Amino acid sequence: MEKLRRTMLFMPGNNPGMLQDAAILGADSIILDLEDAVSLTEKDSARILVREAIKTIDYSQVEVVVRINPLDTEFGPQDVEVIARVKPDTLLIPKADEEEIRLVDKLLDNIEREEGYAAGSIKIIALIETALGLENVYNVIQASKRMVGVLLGGEDLTADLGIERTKEGEEIFYARNKVATVCRALKVDAIDTPFTDTNDYEGLEKDTAKAKGLGLTGKSAINPRQLDTIHSVFAPTEAELKHALRILDAMEEAEKEGKGCFSLDGKMIDAPVINRATCTVDQCIRLGLISGEGGAR
Amino acid sequence: MKITKVAKAGTLESNDILIMVRPNEGGKIELELESIVRQHFGEVIEQVILHKVKEMGIEGISIKAQDKGALDYTIAARVETAIRRAI
Repeated sequence: MEKLRRTMLFMPGNNPGMLQDAAILGADSIILDLEDAVSLTEKDSARILVREAIKTIDYSQVEVVVRINPLDTEFGPQDVEVIARVKPDTLLIPKADEEEIRLVDKLLDNIEREEGYAAGSIKIIALIETALGLENVYNVIQASKRMVGVLLGGEDLTADLGIERTKEGEEIFYARNKVATVCRALKVDAIDTPFTDTNDYEGLEKDTAKAKGLGLTGKSAINPRQLDTIHSVFAPTEAELKHALRILDAMEEAEKEGKGCFSLDGKMIDAPVINRATCTVDQCIRLGLISGEGGAR
Repeated sequence: MKITKVAKAGTLESNDILIMVRPNEGGKIELELESIVRQHFGEVIEQVILHKVKEMGIEGISIKAQDKGALDYTIAARVETAIRRAI
C-alpha cells in the first residue's frame, strides 16, 4: 500500500532534541531540513547530525524525508553523498528543475549500487518554488522514476513572482491548481505549502480545506501543533464514507443484474463517481477507519 | 589524521553537547568532560567520544566537552564535526 502523505512536518536538521522527537509527533512524513533551517556556518554540522540520527533513531513509523541544499551550491552534492548512504526514504529537492532531478537521480543510482541498496529505492519529492519550476512541473516529475510527489513552496514562489504572500492565499490559486492537476495526471502526491501562522488554527483549517478542494493530497507543516487540524481536513467525513460505500454497494448490485449504468437516490452513477467513491474508501482503509476486507460495509 | 587548529561544534542547548578540540603537542588524547548527567552517564559519554576519536584515526588531541543531556548519536556527530573542522 502506498505511503500516506497527509502531513509532512519540517524539522530543523541541526537541532538534536527535535530530531529525536520527530518520529513520535504524529506526522505521516518528517522533513529533516538541511536547507533553510540551517545557517551557512552549520551546514556541515547538520549534515553529520542528520546522518547519525537516521542511523540511530527508530523512524520506522514515519517517512523520513531529507531536504537537501540546492545542487548548484557547494552543500547540495555533499548532502546527497552523505545522506543517501544511510538510506532515507526520500530526498526533497529544493528549487527543482529537470536538470537537477536528473543529476540527483544519477547520484542516487551510483550510491545505491555502491551500498547494495535496491535500485530506485530512495525516492524523490520535487519542491516547486519558482515560476519556471511551476510551468515545467510536468517535465520535472517525468525526469525521474523515483518521483513520488511535488511540494509547493508558496513563500519562495511568490517571492520569485514578485507578489505579496497573503494569509488568504489567492495569489497561489493558479499554482495549487497546476500542481494538483499535473500530479493527479502523473499519479504522484501533491503537497501544499505550509500555513505559516502557527497560532491561527481556524486559518489553517480554511487554508487546508482550500488546498484539498483544489485537489492537493496533503499539506506540509512547520509545527507539530498543526498536524491534527490538517489530518482532520484530509480525512473523509463519516457522511462522505457512507455515501461512497452506498455507491459501491449499488454498483455491485448493478453488476449482478448486468446493468452497465445505474442510479442512486435519483442520480445517475457513472465511472467518475465510482472512481471517487473508490478513492474515498481506499483512503479510509489506509487511515484504518474501516477494514480492507469489506467488513465495515 | 592530525589536529592542526582549534575548532568547535555543537551548542549549549538542551539535548546537545558543545565540543572543543585543539592540538595536543604531546601526542596524547586528553578529554575534559562537564555534564549535567556526569554522575550516571559520565563514563558512557567518554566512551562515545573516545570511540569516535579512534574511529577517525586521530592522535594528539585535547577535547573539552560540555554536555547538556545529548544522546549518543549527537555526541558522535558533534565530535566528528569538531574534528573535521580542526584538521
